[in-house]
Amino acid sequence: MSLLEVSALTVKAPDGRALLSEVSFEVEAGARLGLIGESGSGKSLTALAIMGLPPAGMTVSGSVVLDAPGLPRTQVVGAPERALNGLRGRAATVVFQEPLTALDPLAKVGRQLAEPLRRTRGLRGSPLRAAVLAALEEVRLPERVAGAYPHEISGGQRQRAAIAMALACEPALLIADEPTTALDVTVQAEVLALLDGLVSARRMALLFISHDLAVVARVTDRVVVLKEGLAVESGNLLDIVGEPRHPYTRDLVSSARRLDSALDWGAR
Amino acid sequence: MSRRRSATLAVGCVLAGVIVAVAVVSLFWTPFSPDDTSGGRLAPPGPPHLLGTDKLGRDLLTQLMIGARVALTAGIGSVALGGVIGVAAGLLAGFAVRWLDDTISALLDILIAFPTLLLAMLVVAAREASLGSAILAIGLAMSSIVARLTRVLVKRVLAQDYITASRTSGTSWPRVVAEHVLPNIWPTLLVNLALQLGLAVLAEASLSYLGLGTPPPNASWGRMLQEAQATVLTAPAGAIAPGVLLVVLVVGVNLIADGLRDVADPTRRARGSGSAVDPGSPAMGLDQGGSAVDLDPRRGP
Repeated sequence: MSLLEVSALTVKAPDGRALLSEVSFEVEAGARLGLIGESGSGKSLTALAIMGLPPAGMTVSGSVVLDAPGLPRTQVVGAPERALNGLRGRAATVVFQEPLTALDPLAKVGRQLAEPLRRTRGLRGSPLRAAVLAALEEVRLPERVAGAYPHEISGGQRQRAAIAMALACEPALLIADEPTTALDVTVQAEVLALLDGLVSARRMALLFISHDLAVVARVTDRVVVLKEGLAVESGNLLDIVGEPRHPYTRDLVSSARRLDSALDWGAR
Repeated sequence: MSRRRSATLAVGCVLAGVIVAVAVVSLFWTPFSPDDTSGGRLAPPGPPHLLGTDKLGRDLLTQLMIGARVALTAGIGSVALGGVIGVAAGLLAGFAVRWLDDTISALLDILIAFPTLLLAMLVVAAREASLGSAILAIGLAMSSIVARLTRVLVKRVLAQDYITASRTSGTSWPRVVAEHVLPNIWPTLLVNLALQLGLAVLAEASLSYLGLGTPPPNASWGRMLQEAQATVLTAPAGAIAPGVLLVVLVVGVNLIADGLRDVADPTRRARGSGSAVDPGSPAMGLDQGGSAVDLDPRRGP
C-alpha cells in the first residue's frame, strides 16, 4: 500500500485548458521519486494538487490518495477543508522554490519555525524555544537566525530555515519543489546534501521536483518525466538516461551529458 | 534614511503633541469662558486677551484651545468609525467568495463616488448639525476608502507564497489569518489610517466652515475661519491663528504617518540601516555574518 497514490490526476485552468492530464504515479513510504519537467509542465501544480491547494479557479479531477501511518487514508480530491487540514503537514508538506517569498517577511524566523513545532509537538514556553534552536541546529543554522527576519539572512540560510519548518511538521512525505533552483550553485550542493541526509535520517518519503536532471539524479533513482502536463516517461533513472524514449527526455539527457563532458574536460 | 525617518516621526509627534497638549489643557482651564463676550468686539492682541477677541467679543485663545479639542475629537472619532467599518468590510470582501466580494466592491465604488459633502448634508438633515454628525459623515466616507485598501491588501497577501507555504504545513485558516495575513496588512493600513486622520481634521474644518459641523459655543477652527472671513483685513489674527493650528496638526499627523511606515515594517527599516541585505540578491547575505543580530528591531539600528 502506497503512501501517495496519484492516478489520472487532471487539472484544468478556468478556461478549460488541461494543465495536467491523466498523471499517475506512486510513492511508497520512505521511497523517493523525482518529478522532472521544464517550467510550465505542471510540476508545481502537481505538488499543490497533492496538498489539496490548487490555485483558485482550477478544477481538479482524478485521484490523489494519501495514506500516512497514524492518519486516515484520504482521497484528497474533493475532500473537505477540515479533513485536509489535519493531513497537511503530517502526511505531506512542501518546501518551495523561492524561500524569500515562502517565508513571512514580517515574522522572525524563530517565530515561524515555532508555529509547526507547537502544533505537532504541543510545546510551549522554554521547551518550545529549545526545540526551535534544535531544529535550527539540525539544518546547520546558527542560533542567531532565530531572531532575524527572512530578509536579513542569505538565500541558502532562508532555504535551510524553510526546510527546518517543513521537517518540524514531521511529514511522512516531503515534497521538495525545486528547492535549490533559486540558490547559488555552491549553496545548492550544500542544501541538496542536507536535504538528502535529513530525509534519509528520518526515513521520510521524498517527492523531488526539478527541471534539472543532474540535481534529481543526486537524490533519487526513480523519476517521472512531465511534458506539457503529460507524464511522458517514468521508471528507473538509469534506464531512462540509458535509453530515453521520448524526444523531450532525449533532449534532457543529452544536455546533461554535454554539461557533464564539459565539466570533465575542464577538470582535466 | 532610518535616522531621517525617525526624525520625521519625532517632529510629527512634537507638532501633533502641541495640539494634543492644548486640547487637554482646555478640558481643565481656558483663559475665559467660551461664551464670555465681555472683551468687546475685535479687541487687538494684548492683555488680558492674548490673541484678541472675535467679532462677538469672545476670547480668541479660548476659542482656539476648544477648537483643538474639537479637531482632535473629529479626527480620532472619524478614524475610529471609518477604520472599524472599513477594515471589517475590507476583510470581509478580501476573504469572501466571488459574488460577495463583487457585491461589496460595487457598494464601495458607489460610496467612494458619493460626494462627502452631500453625505454630510444628508446626515445633518437626518440628525442635527453637531460634532457627532460631522464624525458620522466623515467616518462613513472614509470607511469606503479604508475598506477598498484593506480588500486589496488582503488579496495581495493571500496571493503570496508564504500563505500557501503556511497552509501546506497544516496551519488552520484562522491561524493563517491571525499570524500572517493581519500582520502583513497592518503596517500599510496603519499608515493610511494616520493619513486619514489628517484628512478628517481638514474635512471637519470644512464642514464647520459650511455650518454643517460643531455648533456654538464649542468653537471649531473651521467655523472660526468662516466667522473671521469678513474681518480678515482689520483683525487678521482671527483668521490666521486657526489656520496655523490646522496646518500644524495636519502636518504633524502626516509626518507621524510617514514615520510609522518604517517603525511598522522591519524590511524597510533594516534596509535603511546601511548594513542590511538587499532582498533582491540573496547571495549577498552570506557575508552579513554577525550583523544580522544587530538588526533586532526592538533595539533599532
